[in-house]
Amino acid sequence: MAAETGTGGHAAGMFKTLRTDAWWFEPLWTGLGFLIFTIYANYEMMKGDNYWFSNGAHGFGGYLSPFFSPLLFADTRVWAGAPVAESFFGEAPTWWPTWFPSISAALILPLPLSFRLTCYYYRKFYYRAYFMSPPACAVNPAPQPGKYEGERMLLLFQNLHRYALYAAIVVLGFLSYDAFMSFFRDGVFGVGVGSLILTLNPILLGSYTFGCHAWRHLIGGKKDCFSCDAFNHDKGMKKSYGAWRAVTWLNERHMLLAWVSMIWVGWTGLYVRLVASGAITDFSTWGN
Amino acid sequence: MAERNFRVWRGDADGGEFVNYKVEMEPGMVVLDAIHRIQTHQANDLAVRWNCKAGKCGSCSCEVNGKPKLSCMTRVNDYAPEETITVQPLKTFPIVKDLVTDVSWNYEQKAKIQPLQPRPREADGTHRMQQEDVDRIQEFRKCIECFLCQDVCHVLRNQDRKDAFVGPRFMIHLAQLEMHPLDTADRIPAIKNEYGSGLCNITRCCTDVCPEHIGITDNAIIPLKERVVDRYYDPVMMIWRAITGAGAK
Repeated sequence: MAAETGTGGHAAGMFKTLRTDAWWFEPLWTGLGFLIFTIYANYEMMKGDNYWFSNGAHGFGGYLSPFFSPLLFADTRVWAGAPVAESFFGEAPTWWPTWFPSISAALILPLPLSFRLTCYYYRKFYYRAYFMSPPACAVNPAPQPGKYEGERMLLLFQNLHRYALYAAIVVLGFLSYDAFMSFFRDGVFGVGVGSLILTLNPILLGSYTFGCHAWRHLIGGKKDCFSCDAFNHDKGMKKSYGAWRAVTWLNERHMLLAWVSMIWVGWTGLYVRLVASGAITDFSTWGN
Repeated sequence: MAERNFRVWRGDADGGEFVNYKVEMEPGMVVLDAIHRIQTHQANDLAVRWNCKAGKCGSCSCEVNGKPKLSCMTRVNDYAPEETITVQPLKTFPIVKDLVTDVSWNYEQKAKIQPLQPRPREADGTHRMQQEDVDRIQEFRKCIECFLCQDVCHVLRNQDRKDAFVGPRFMIHLAQLEMHPLDTADRIPAIKNEYGSGLCNITRCCTDVCPEHIGITDNAIIPLKERVVDRYYDPVMMIWRAITGAGAK
């Protein structure tokens, strides 16, 4: 016999539990995984170079790293930066310090980042892995300063997730254009390994973005009755309900797509960096 | 026959302790079988609530090796042969005796929720609904009220905010009513203010433990949170509603 503190024998104290499985594994790998991506994204932003590859061609086409897309400014002071003609607002302002994060990346990255940070899946992961609230099911959480208020007080901004979604859709449009552009070099159509990598990037990101819970709500989830409006009556209810079902299919895979798309963004940026720096060769129909 | 070690919590609201029992095993035994065997042969006064023994009544909820589970659906051979199996009552509710807890708080929450308020019947005296319109809410009707989701929800379990949050079981119930194609009641203000949708931080433990595999978080709580956003936090929708008068149920 062994006496325990707490009625019912429930363990008291932070992270205490009677669970005997490896409950700590999931918060550990998700916490580390996201941390590694964040460090890499910051590295890309701080370095601000090797984000463009067109093998010296100056016409239409080339590979643009997703960390710098859409390209607001082109910094000609860095190695393997994009040509000024590819940027929206021309050359990067000279007063922008070179040791500071790249102006394009610094202005763009907060948009997809805000989408991920307010995403309902990411909320689960980081409330568990970083806030330990709780770290795993039936495991005691970290102490709460004051009364627990959930997402009602400081975290009220989470309710604006749908606006982060709108921004993510805009960025997705630019990444799709980048994928199209990657099939051209100097205006000549072709295919390179980079084209395939840059094409898969918006496909995975689109599957993640359009499986979002806020999108699922907006596309039809907010309706109580799919068949009750005249439009859907005419169309046999299929359009609205069908769209909601399609988004639901993606939504059921939201966690998987969140991770795969994030890893692929990192890999795409790394691939462009390696090719642009000359560390590896991009095999393509244009010749190397 | 092989024997296994069980550690069962014995006591009442004033306190208690774990007691070790050795139980003779037979093939296919579930944890509830072992508890019954202890009750029959070693501890006649061991209190345990059960009914159907088929995972459909939700009576035998308890915690097995720290995880909320139905003891009738938890096979003993899911655990390594040498592992001691610890059985204890639900943490979130007051203990009556041994493995039995007082879950009446849940019924008080349900009583607070406005029931279905159907629109008037059609001219021929019927209510018509399309299957596609009720697909979503039929999932919620699978709930057996075992209250494992209530037990594991950290808002109720650890943060003790029973004063402000009705818990996942009743968020399902609210979603079932709010998404009902015939319903005319507006529960969104109460979902935000009285039932506490904002206290849920989406850690999904309720979904993880549900023995009926209901998508509690994705299909009920998050859609309700989004409806609250429509009403209270989305500035564009607020302006749109002010201009058009749309959005009211």
